[in-house]
Amino acid sequence: MTNLAIELPGLSLKNPVMPASGCFGFGREYATFYNLNKLGAVIMKAATMQERLGNPTPRVAETASGMLNAIGLQNPGVTKIIETEVPFLSQFNTNIIANIAGSSLEEYVEVARAFNETDQVHALELNISCPNVKEGGLQFGTDPLMAARVTEAVKKSTNLPVYVKLSPNVSDIVQIAKAVEAAGADGLSMINTLTGMQIHLPSRRPLIANKTGGLSGPAIKPIAIRMIYEVSSQVNIPIIGMGGIQRAEDVLEFLLAGASAVAIGTANFQNPFICADIIDDLPRVLKQYGFNSVREAIGKGIVA
Amino acid sequence: MMKREKMRIVSTRVIAKETIEMVLENKWISTHASPGQFLHIQIGSHTLRRPISIADCNHVTNEITILFKITGDGTRHLGEYQVGNYLDVLGPIGNGFPTNITAQSTVLLVGGGIGVPPLYFLGKFLKENGINIKAVLGFQGEDHVFYEPNFRELGETIIVTNDGSYGEKGYVTDVLENNLAFDYYYSCGPTPMLRSLISVLKGKKGYISLEERMGCGVGACLACILPAKNERGYKKICSDGPVFNVEEVTI
Ligand SMILES: Cc1cc2nc3c(=O)[nH]c(=O)nc-3n(C[C@H](O)[C@H](O)[C@H](O)COP(=O)(O)OP(=O)(O)OC[C@H]3O[C@@H](n4cnc5c(N)ncnc54)[C@H](O)[C@@H]3O)c2cc1C
Ligand SMILES: Cc1cc2nc3c(=O)[nH]c(=O)nc-3n(C[C@H](O)[C@H](O)[C@H](O)COP(=O)(O)O)c2cc1C
Repeated sequence: MTNLAIELPGLSLKNPVMPASGCFGFGREYATFYNLNKLGAVIMKAATMQERLGNPTPRVAETASGMLNAIGLQNPGVTKIIETEVPFLSQFNTNIIANIAGSSLEEYVEVARAFNETDQVHALELNISCPNVKEGGLQFGTDPLMAARVTEAVKKSTNLPVYVKLSPNVSDIVQIAKAVEAAGADGLSMINTLTGMQIHLPSRRPLIANKTGGLSGPAIKPIAIRMIYEVSSQVNIPIIGMGGIQRAEDVLEFLLAGASAVAIGTANFQNPFICADIIDDLPRVLKQYGFNSVREAIGKGIVA
Repeated sequence: MMKREKMRIVSTRVIAKETIEMVLENKWISTHASPGQFLHIQIGSHTLRRPISIADCNHVTNEITILFKITGDGTRHLGEYQVGNYLDVLGPIGNGFPTNITAQSTVLLVGGGIGVPPLYFLGKFLKENGINIKAVLGFQGEDHVFYEPNFRELGETIIVTNDGSYGEKGYVTDVLENNLAFDYYYSCGPTPMLRSLISVLKGKKGYISLEERMGCGVGACLACILPAKNERGYKKICSDGPVFNVEEVTI
């Protein structure tokens, strides 16, 4: 029997697979396709203090092997999420990770505190990397000092483990990773989307109403692998890897690069069963490449 | 309720300029489809599925008809699929047109271009339930016209072309003045057409089917939202729509 289980700070995962933030809502829609008990964890859509209505449409565009999105962190606000969405997800035998966002340091802290009051959330994913909102988000994720400050402030306001979600829109990701580790991060989550643009020929205008959007899907997988590879050997905290995962072989590639678990985003749109399918197929792939457990494969691709 | 299903292509043919009619077989989808719903179709390895309306449904043969216009890579590729190939489809999706209206009422169907297909399934369904049908269908020009005989079987049908090459010349709204004897109007077409329709038919009860670029198609990703006058402040086109009462949305 291949052992898929993995222990991370705050998370006792039966398998390393979870849907990525923003690509699975709060699980309700996908729960009509399969039983969410199957999942290692669920990462919820970003939560902000107040409700956010997000950006104007169009919000998505297709690209070669990927897509752009500029949803703009639309969510009903942390109070509603705790009242109505967390209890829904709690019915399932899985871990719940709350993705938190904000436009100021104070907002991150407030949202983190709110989740700390519930006993149903197992970890926080600190989103300092959303490219689709005017203020906040990305500004925290591209400056090591700001990244460290918000990590420290959030850590002080919660007992939950904090996974900091890094932006790939930087020239030196290792520097940011080390800064948030020093500031107390329990883990890293990487990568968020890369800022991109598409111009619509008939209108001669950017297709996405927000002009720019975040690129996700298979197109970004090599970037995610490279960044996780670079970071994993420089930090001592675990990484939840994501970016373009479409099949169980991709999961193994992320593990080899140094990720301890993975999240799957865009691929849910093509195949609503993708997380479940990958969980079923993972033992076969691990075995084929000579591993008896997920744990064994972590970091095995790193060349000294 | 939607499912992920395989649909076998029974036939595919060009029925107007850059317009393809495809008949697909699948019992679950044909059993559950209602007018105004759509299919979210996986085409090759495209990252995103393509939403296409259900244009007809046959409960005896378990067949669903779709009509689509070749407007880009995805629809071009879909047009190359052959009879016997299978499509990976999520469906039927969405809340369609309300069909529980009093028998003997008159419904006006207003379609523009590739917005016409869902109105055929709707018109057929309503007619079977004793509703009187009138249709005003707008196309760019003669080469683009399709399903005229099908709609004539349902009721009085007026064809309008922008360039006057067939039927009346102009826009669908140009011929409405003399055709205001109806109880409800149901429409699907380009947003500018829907906008002028709503203003010309102000005060009338109407339902419109809307389009927006979609991600998941199941209500999770919040790509295809629309500002609305409800408590949340928005509606999702894929799962709350694609059909809306003209009173509940702002376009
Ligand atoms: C609910 C609904 C029902 C529809 N029903 C029909 C139908 O019955 N027949 C038909 O021909 N067309 C229909 N459309 C429009 C159809 O989805 C697009 O024409 C098609 O997705 C274009 O794909 P493409 O790859 O050829 O074009 P591209 O322009 O290359 O597509 C690029 C991306 O933009 C999206 N996109 C482009 N145009 C539209 C559009 N008008 N609406 C939504 N997404 C778009 C595509 O899905 C894709 O993700 C419907 C759209 C919606 C939302
Ligand atoms: C439509 C969409 C919405 C997203 N929303 C969020 C979000 O709210 N918070 C966040 O941290 N990441 C968000 N992301 C980023 C994903 O969680 C993930 O990091 C990224 O898409 C890369 O993974 P993928 O290639 O598997 O999609 C979103 C991505 C998409 C495509």
